[in-house]
Amino acid sequence: MTDTSRRTFLKLTGGTVGAAMLPFLKTMPAQAQSGGRIVVVSGQTINSLDLHRTGTNRASYQVAVNCYDRLVSFGTKDAPGGGLSYDYDVIEPELAESWTISDDGLTMTFKIKPDATFWDGRKVTAADVKWSFDRAVSAGGFPTVQMKAGGLVRPDQFEAVDDETFVITLDKPSKLTLPDLAVPVPFIINSEEAKANATEDDPWAMEYLHTTPAGSGAFKVVRWDQGQQPVYERNDTWVGGPLPSFEQVIVREVPSPATRRALVERGDVQMSFNIPNKDASELAEMDGVDVYSTPIENCIHCLCPNFNFEPFQDANVRKALAYAIPYEAIFQTAAYGRGAPMWGGEAEITDTAWPRKSPFMTDMTKAKEHMAASGFEVPLSISLGLADWMEPTALLMQEAFAEIGIKAEIEKIPGANWRSAALVEKRLPLHLENFGGWLNTPDYYFFWAYKHGHLFNSSNYLNEEIEQLVDSTLHIPMDDPAYAPNIKRMFEIAFEDLPRIPLWQPALNVAMNGASGYEFWFHRQLDVRPLTTATT
Amino acid sequence: MNARTKMILGRMAQAIPVVMGVVVISFLLTRALPGDPAAYFAGPAADEASIAEIREALGLDKPLFQQFFLYVGDLARGDLGTSLTTGQTVMSDLAARLPASLELTLVALLLSCAIAIPLGVLAATRPGTWVDHLCRVLVTAGVSMPTFFTGIVLIYVFYYLAGLAPSPLGRLDFIYLSPPHVTGFYLIDAALAGDWETWFGALKQLILPATTLALFTLAPIARMTRAAMLSALSSDFIRTARAAGLGSRKVLYGYAFRNALLPVVTTLGMVFSFTLGANVLVEKVFAWPGIGSYAVEALVVSDYAAVQGFVLAMALLFVALNLVIDIAYALIDPRIGLN
Repeated sequence: MTDTSRRTFLKLTGGTVGAAMLPFLKTMPAQAQSGGRIVVVSGQTINSLDLHRTGTNRASYQVAVNCYDRLVSFGTKDAPGGGLSYDYDVIEPELAESWTISDDGLTMTFKIKPDATFWDGRKVTAADVKWSFDRAVSAGGFPTVQMKAGGLVRPDQFEAVDDETFVITLDKPSKLTLPDLAVPVPFIINSEEAKANATEDDPWAMEYLHTTPAGSGAFKVVRWDQGQQPVYERNDTWVGGPLPSFEQVIVREVPSPATRRALVERGDVQMSFNIPNKDASELAEMDGVDVYSTPIENCIHCLCPNFNFEPFQDANVRKALAYAIPYEAIFQTAAYGRGAPMWGGEAEITDTAWPRKSPFMTDMTKAKEHMAASGFEVPLSISLGLADWMEPTALLMQEAFAEIGIKAEIEKIPGANWRSAALVEKRLPLHLENFGGWLNTPDYYFFWAYKHGHLFNSSNYLNEEIEQLVDSTLHIPMDDPAYAPNIKRMFEIAFEDLPRIPLWQPALNVAMNGASGYEFWFHRQLDVRPLTTATT
Repeated sequence: MNARTKMILGRMAQAIPVVMGVVVISFLLTRALPGDPAAYFAGPAADEASIAEIREALGLDKPLFQQFFLYVGDLARGDLGTSLTTGQTVMSDLAARLPASLELTLVALLLSCAIAIPLGVLAATRPGTWVDHLCRVLVTAGVSMPTFFTGIVLIYVFYYLAGLAPSPLGRLDFIYLSPPHVTGFYLIDAALAGDWETWFGALKQLILPATTLALFTLAPIARMTRAAMLSALSSDFIRTARAAGLGSRKVLYGYAFRNALLPVVTTLGMVFSFTLGANVLVEKVFAWPGIGSYAVEALVVSDYAAVQGFVLAMALLFVALNLVIDIAYALIDPRIGLN
């Protein structure tokens, strides 16, 4: 009896060891091909491979960008501050070969590239596009909200006419629809594969696609160790754009910025994505490391006085704040001069450039003039999750506000509470905020940040004229005769009413050592497709 | 059933109310945390409706009592829920991360004991000499330098300047594949698979973080060894043993050290449990995918399932650890019976 069990045991263990040795791959398969791999380090962690899933974090959008295709994409231009940037004004084909928009602007017809295939070899059809779009508008949460921004709300707006023809019908024409098709959200999924793995409770295959992407994009995820790395491998049959130069891309998650810096300085990794401003300014001075600091389009760091707080209902008090802020000191201390100043602009508004400098600058005499009323106490709230720029900014403001009789007590709010307190309940009397709009038009920014009740209007600002202006401008084309005057009027009101006091436009910093081709994207995630080795 | 089995079973039975208490307290504490996970996980640009949708999906719209019973029901089925921060089930997160932390902590403690115990013994037998002073300096330096600082200094010197250490990229450099999962301990798994290249790769990655932690844990162990040895050496039975003409080696290791071991083992248990929870900073610096950083990140965003799972896993671990220490007591000192 004992003998048998011992024999069984030996067999069993022998079996396990044998099985464990079967995949006798000690190293990554592509190691042999030198130059075929790039290693990137990032401080963020990916929590899903499916952007549409509830709770998917921002870092995970990179999977939608690199592994899936959209119908269209944005063009490329030179970025201010070096390197490349996406170009909001140029829409390029990705999975769509061509498209036409009807004269009334209500019907968009896309022709899908006939040679486009999914990773499993099946042809990409209009039915896949329809299924993916239906999913995005039905999933709820962020994807649905983002689709709505482009006027895409219901599945009946999407129609697969034949295998290669996909039609979108709009309720009203909008200049935002086409760009909204190029953001990461409306990515195209292999619907047959997804449906085969869907269940009754989970008709959109959220559980399956969460860990197993099924797309047609430039890269496949060959390995995902949550909390450590995704490993991407090139899809050689990609037709969405020029074939990427790297065959394998590893994005290692390294939380400590000091460690990331050591790695990229030594050249053991080729890229450190989204580095702190301080490291960016120091690394830029070094040989061998290229630093790209791209001002984030349509994003402004602001100080927001809340209109629910009685003293801030007085426009003069808000102006006093705007004159008291030590802009330059803050920009140098909190941002290390990375980004673009948003103060000291022209008083007269002659164009629609955005983000634009406010007409305010540090002027204590003017601040005191506007602050005729007696002082008061107010908490100045910052998010602990964004403390790297908010804390130095708040400290310098606290000091300056004390001079004009405003006693600001700094209140630090943990990340989980920040959203509820600042954006959902909008209960913080004075706080810092940093909304950035994906679609790069000023009216889109105003829609989210100046319209009453909208999420990023954390100041509880309400101005009837702004409401009406935003509504009438949001969807009209930028060459419409009403567009420029409307936008200029919005700027005037915004600088007069000051519900948001602009500080500076932040930058997204990237350090590279031994690679090039970095391109900035509004979604602030890494597009690994255009990266190349430094020598080519 | 022999006495030892009885004692072990008895101790395990005692653990049941502790674990039940931990379940209740961890549930209540996570709910008492400020913050709204639904609003947080609704993501950027979410409106009221989508936040409500997510709250319903998470079951957070139900009364607290009902949530608790659902949680206990899931727990009874072995389902710890799904973490929102990582997108994985808490069970798989723990299975992946606990071995990472345990491997690091155990290696660090082994290293630390290998230095601290001989050092403590030497310092006690030669009080006031250079060995004693060296011990004191090392201990003071180790305990007064925060781990993340030691970690960064070690990276700077051994990786950045000297280029001796491998890239601080976590448990394995990117050129290796992790060994087939058996225990989750890379050193053990790689050895089981006979893959010595990966084994050395994993060991190389362990050296710096383990040294960092070892420097920190050196202090309590060395101090306790020294103090315990001093008091043992000055006790009556040692005088008697010496008077009886026993050899100094026999006196030192056979009698004094064995008696001094008891407080050292107690300290070891405490240091171990403390280190496991406190090595979050080391994990961050070395990109170690461990349990400490997991718990902290979950806590920051009010990820209830992950926090509860972590607390529960830790509670079970401590129960097991205490049991092991009690058994070790009985082995070291026959006077402490198994009953």
